[in-house]
Amino acid sequence: MRRTVLVTALLAALGFQLQAQVPTDRILRAAAEPQNWLTYNGTYMSQRYSTLAQITPANVAQLESKWVVQNQVFGAWQSNPLVVDGVMYLTQRPNDVMAVDAKTGRLFWLYRYTPSADSKVCCGANNRGVAILGDTLYMGTLDGHLVAIDARSGRPIWNIEVGDVKLAYSITLAPLIIKDKVLVGVGGGEFGIRGFVVAYDAKTGKEAWRTYTIPGPGEPGHDSWEGDSWKTGGAPVWVTGSYDPALNLVYWGVGNPGPDWNPDQRAGDNLYSDSVIALDVDTGKLKWHFQFTPNDGYDYDSTQVPVLVDANWKGTPSKLMLWANRNGYFYVLDRTNGKFLAGTPYVKVNWSSGLDANGRPIPTPQPPGQPTWPGNQGGTNLYPPSYSPRTGLFYFSAWQDYATIYRKETTKFEPGKTFLGGGFTVLAPVPGAPTVGIGRRSPINNWTDEVGNGAVIAMDPQTMKPRWTTPQFDVTDAGMLTTASDILFTGGREGYFLALDANTGKVLWKTNLGGQIVMAPITYQVEGKQYVSVISGHTLVTFALRDGVK
Amino acid sequence: MRLLFWALGFLLAGSTGSFAQAVQDHQYSTADIETGSRLYAAQCALCHGVTGDGVNGINLRLGQFRRVASDDDLARVLATGVAGAGMPAFKFQAAEVNGIIAFIRAGFDPTGTPVKVGTAAKGQALVDGKGRCLTCHRINGRGIRTAPDLSDIAAVRTPAAIQRSLLDPTSAMLPINRPVRAVTRQGRTIRGRRLNEDMFTVQLMDEEEQLVSLVKADLREYEVLKTSTMPSAAKTLSPEEIADVMAYLLTLKGQ
Repeated sequence: MRRTVLVTALLAALGFQLQAQVPTDRILRAAAEPQNWLTYNGTYMSQRYSTLAQITPANVAQLESKWVVQNQVFGAWQSNPLVVDGVMYLTQRPNDVMAVDAKTGRLFWLYRYTPSADSKVCCGANNRGVAILGDTLYMGTLDGHLVAIDARSGRPIWNIEVGDVKLAYSITLAPLIIKDKVLVGVGGGEFGIRGFVVAYDAKTGKEAWRTYTIPGPGEPGHDSWEGDSWKTGGAPVWVTGSYDPALNLVYWGVGNPGPDWNPDQRAGDNLYSDSVIALDVDTGKLKWHFQFTPNDGYDYDSTQVPVLVDANWKGTPSKLMLWANRNGYFYVLDRTNGKFLAGTPYVKVNWSSGLDANGRPIPTPQPPGQPTWPGNQGGTNLYPPSYSPRTGLFYFSAWQDYATIYRKETTKFEPGKTFLGGGFTVLAPVPGAPTVGIGRRSPINNWTDEVGNGAVIAMDPQTMKPRWTTPQFDVTDAGMLTTASDILFTGGREGYFLALDANTGKVLWKTNLGGQIVMAPITYQVEGKQYVSVISGHTLVTFALRDGVK
Repeated sequence: MRLLFWALGFLLAGSTGSFAQAVQDHQYSTADIETGSRLYAAQCALCHGVTGDGVNGINLRLGQFRRVASDDDLARVLATGVAGAGMPAFKFQAAEVNGIIAFIRAGFDPTGTPVKVGTAAKGQALVDGKGRCLTCHRINGRGIRTAPDLSDIAAVRTPAAIQRSLLDPTSAMLPINRPVRAVTRQGRTIRGRRLNEDMFTVQLMDEEEQLVSLVKADLREYEVLKTSTMPSAAKTLSPEEIADVMAYLLTLKGQ
């Protein structure tokens, strides 16, 4: 024992440290180790593209289920697993973390955190996953805490309050590690919170900076909120952002203003709701913003994943950001300064007649009782998209021909209570017919494609037109994964796990997993074998090629 | 939704105008009914219940009253209350009174139309006999399965929707129930009522009451038809008889 201490002290004195599992530079270079899945979106660019290519269009039909983990908790399972050197870290509702052998599906440990009974969330006790730095995992909790957990033992290290659960602050996103900090945003856009992004020292949990998504008095943009409406204006952050190390900027999509459906209660643009914000990683200072939907009355959260792409734009190598927004438009932005480069509707849109030269929508609000396209769940939503640098295409799930009828009313704010300002009904072909909801309502699709259908859209940002569209019968909440063999893995509410040809959208292979797929698949490799994991219903299934298949 | 309401009004006026007149004191707008729906929930539901049958002997949703018949009667009771029965007098605005009456007359369907309800026993005889409903539908174990089973129809659809199905079956048909026509690669034609569908497959009740599952890739033709094969009850039954059928159907709430 003494010798160990001495050796450790000696190594420390010499500048060595016991190798931590995932130091910052591994996360920075995550794309170079495709055998792992080190962050929520795979890499800081958030392309959900893997250079693994063992599974090909030619052999994808030889995939077989290798192992399964059953969720012990009911409800949509939106978690995104991480895989680090053969160990998968996976969360389940509300705040359980599992360390799973990525080869066999057997658990090493299970950590259960019980959030306060006062926790309030709009849309289910979701948790979208953990982040890792060194030997520590980080999880946001339903009651607005951030917990650091020993990745080897599954024991908590520290636990801090990020937002007050009594005021309905919550965390459902997977944290984002940048340098020595852990960053999170807060949910609560249906409860009159004031949203923010906050960075903590990853070792101690000490707060480094906090940037509100609604500017306070004296700050630029504060006057985009009438009266005191800024205090309860929502603008939550509940999907993990992206990071450009060269620019030192972290990008976050910001959610809806509150009350959701009554913009008259908060006259003005309501910055930075429904925006993407670019923050200096070291200070949290806002460098730029781009607002997709000013004074939103449709719940068009801009909590999509900011996808960073380095590509030619009009012949010049450019730092781009691609964004299919919940409001029905697809955007290309310059991520150095937030400048609007191009935008086009990808589904039917009637709340706006188009975008002006700066990308600001021209509003065309519908008369009371008339349907608005896209409807409340949006043209797309939190479902993680993918960009393949090989095909140059941006892939995402869309809801087509889906509309809702909004109703607005005046709502009085009460701390910790829902703050909605009205409601909506889904446009149905026949009064009283079943319609789609936030999650799948039944294994029998009695709402049918007549209330809307899902589609995978492969958008070409160079032409601003879809290269191909593969429709589904039901709507879809599935995310995307592309690989260097030009396979696009996705799924949908119908429970099919799909392998599409990334160039054509043709279905190469499918298997019916039975439960809704509401998150993106991931891929990794252990002992030379490529695996693909996907969550369907209450089951995480991991596939690989049958032994012996080349 | 308003568009649909007016479209329905047009249909009713066009094809079954006498029926529409027979069941309505007044013409109500969707806005009236929505107003009434909100007021009812806030002011009336505590005693009368969310389904309108909270007070003994009264079922507001089905139009069963103890003291009133006309809309004017309803307005009077709202204004004066019923002292002996514990109902207070309400100080509603005229538009609010109109809304509550509209909601009651719409069978508690905030988007629907007024419903007339007759005698259930007579209605059952019509369903079994003259109406020929059981040649396609099934009720409590009797009848055919090619059209939807109606044993719990009052539990799953509003009175307004049921009435609309009787009068104009195509406009009220739930999308899932649409007739399907498929032709296999071998040339066999299959017709049936859709039970479920996804991206790759469709499940049916065929004309022989068999459960059939088809893979779309194996079909030469696949068609979902928008027109119901059910004839309008207005062609074979009088408005009074339709009201009787309504009364019977509204008793069918499943097991």
